Amino acid sequence: MSTQQKGLTPGKPPIWNDPHYRALFFQVLLIIGLGVFLVYIVNNTLANMEARGISTGFAFLNERSGFDILQSLVPFSADSTYGKTFIVGLLNTLLITALGIILATILGFIIGVARLSKNWLIAKLATIFIETFRNIPLLIQIFFWYFVVLRAMPSARDSLSIADSFFLNVRGMYIPSPVTGDGFIFTTIAFVIGIIAAFIMRRWARNRQFATGEQFPVFWTALGLIFGLPLLVFVLTGSPLTWDLPVLERFNFAGGTRIIPELLALLIALSIYTAAFIAEIVRSGILAVSHGQTEAALSVGLTPNQNLRLVVIPQAMRVIIPPMTSQYLNLAKNSSLATAIGYPDIVSVFMGTTLNQTGQAVEIIAMTMAVYLTLSLTISVFMNWYNAKMALVER
Amino acid sequence: MRKSVFLGLAAAVMFGTSASADTLETVIKNDHVKCGVSTGLAGFSAADEKGDWQGIDVDVCRAVAAATLGDASKVKYTPLTAKERFTALQSGEIDILSRNTTWTLTRDASLGLNFAGVNYYDGQGFMVSDKLGVKSALELDGAAVCIQAGTTTELNLADYFKANNMEYKAVTYDTSDQTIKGFEAGRCDMLTSDQSQLYSLRIKLAKPDEAVVLPEVISKEPLGPVVRQGDDKWFNIVKWSLFAMVNAEEMGVTKANAKEMKDSKDPAIQRLMGGQGEKLGLSDDWSYNIVSQVGNYGESFEANVGSGSPLKIGRGLNALWSKGGLQYAPPIR
Ligand SMILES: N[C@@H](CCC(=O)N[C@@H](CS)C(=O)NCC(=O)O)C(=O)O
Repeated sequence: MSTQQKGLTPGKPPIWNDPHYRALFFQVLLIIGLGVFLVYIVNNTLANMEARGISTGFAFLNERSGFDILQSLVPFSADSTYGKTFIVGLLNTLLITALGIILATILGFIIGVARLSKNWLIAKLATIFIETFRNIPLLIQIFFWYFVVLRAMPSARDSLSIADSFFLNVRGMYIPSPVTGDGFIFTTIAFVIGIIAAFIMRRWARNRQFATGEQFPVFWTALGLIFGLPLLVFVLTGSPLTWDLPVLERFNFAGGTRIIPELLALLIALSIYTAAFIAEIVRSGILAVSHGQTEAALSVGLTPNQNLRLVVIPQAMRVIIPPMTSQYLNLAKNSSLATAIGYPDIVSVFMGTTLNQTGQAVEIIAMTMAVYLTLSLTISVFMNWYNAKMALVER
Repeated sequence: MRKSVFLGLAAAVMFGTSASADTLETVIKNDHVKCGVSTGLAGFSAADEKGDWQGIDVDVCRAVAAATLGDASKVKYTPLTAKERFTALQSGEIDILSRNTTWTLTRDASLGLNFAGVNYYDGQGFMVSDKLGVKSALELDGAAVCIQAGTTTELNLADYFKANNMEYKAVTYDTSDQTIKGFEAGRCDMLTSDQSQLYSLRIKLAKPDEAVVLPEVISKEPLGPVVRQGDDKWFNIVKWSLFAMVNAEEMGVTKANAKEMKDSKDPAIQRLMGGQGEKLGLSDDWSYNIVSQVGNYGESFEANVGSGSPLKIGRGLNALWSKGGLQYAPPIR
């Protein structure tokens, strides 16, 4: 409210009667009250813990942990600190969340579309999939994939193998890992250039189509740029890449990359469970686009494929994205069930073992809660941004 | 200004009430002892077919209930995983933690807890599948090991493999049930835990004969009941309930003869069977109630983990000091 306006209004009440300032005053009061209450709670807790001889503070993060962790994306040993256990657990949580979201989305879209298929069998199979996995508690599914399926796996010596380079056994999955040689960097550079070139090409093709109406095979050209170009460079530089194959040792395989069964079981359970929900969201999104749109699209001469890609999906996305956000949030939070099968996520490692070894429950639980809060907010913010972007397509 | 006074006052009130809470008073008011036990470990603490808790750790809780409430059955059990146990005790959810818990410096000094004695001297051992044909833990370089989270086991294992320059993969589970399932499924080559517990885990296997316990003992695991720090009266009660059981064994007082022994001419036995209660804030028949309802230490041992049980563990370190073991209780006088 500007001062000019105030001057023009002779009957203006005094400041303490002004509803605007009054509201502000009470809000400030509330915030102060809340702050004081928080400080009080924290102080009180610290004082109480001190009186009971419980250690407090964050100094423990610099102490030696003394235990080992099954899977770690950064170097870790028993000599690493408790602080490092936080990082290891956090990265493992992020890994399972990211992989789970990608897999659940792909699977969910396929099954959602399949349920609408005109093919009776495919539609029924999709329905059975959805109804089964949506209605069984997630924890039971995790136990199923871990204990039941794991038990059925052969021992290391009798591993299932493909071409003697991929192995599957009770200890996990073993795949060859690439070892890059001299000059591989050029292939990487070619790959990056390919991606950038594809983007430029797409923009050029779009502008040209707007101007002249002529179409350009964007997809195939992009494919060529992104994969063909690096492949060409790779061959020209003398194929500087070898594979480190897993080899059987006394107890297990060495070499290659190992994917632990805990990760596999958790990933399968989480993505299938979430995919069942996503499939329903996708189906309802597609059904929400009125059939008139399809009829109109076909009547102007678009192929059914183009209709799906250019007319139906973009409109369906606007219905799909908001509920998708909550599925992603669920997946992130459900990943904490990892602790039930010993996948070393942040709950299992940090809020479990580290908490128990140090006894600093308040600090550790606060840190873990902060992680999930940040993770959830990040997913929300990203999805809101994406939603806003998709909504702009509306004309 | 006024706010900070209010703050200080309120903090003092909270502080005052929670820090000096009198556990004995609470127990008498509730008419039961809240006892934290394992989620099921035969011989130590496990519910039988009828749902009654049995075990050497359970007997400690029963002894405390007998001493404080005159009835050993007035115990409420809370099954806890290794990870949960200390928080449960700190937060006051339980009055005693009696769950095969190792006494270590960190736990004693930084968790706000006190260990009230040792009711079982143990050490960490290894169990492997028969098929591996391994005779010693030193042949286990590169093995995958099933363990339980939040235990001393995790730490000892890391130390042992490091000291012997060996590699391993730790597969860490929450409960002993999952640990044993992982081992059975072949997820790991070996399972490690306190040696006594290996025997009770072994009988849970579908085919116990296919697992062998290796001879190595790699650590000291004195297991005992734990209470909150800052309540010395309660600390004393738990401590002396355990001592009363050990002293009873030493003096030959058993569940069966406790009644006659009440009239014994031996002053030491007289003191055990009556008197002294007031000093602990208990009635005079506190220790008589323990022995007559729960039995002495030896009886509890034999019935739960010894010859009278499927575990058949020998007394070993847990024999009385006078018989070459480590069980030694200060005198009741
Ligand atoms: N004594 C060790 C280990 C105690 C422990 O938890 N051992 C496992 C054996 S695998 C157990 O008793 N589990 C029973 C349960 O989970 O309830 C300690 O205090 O850290």
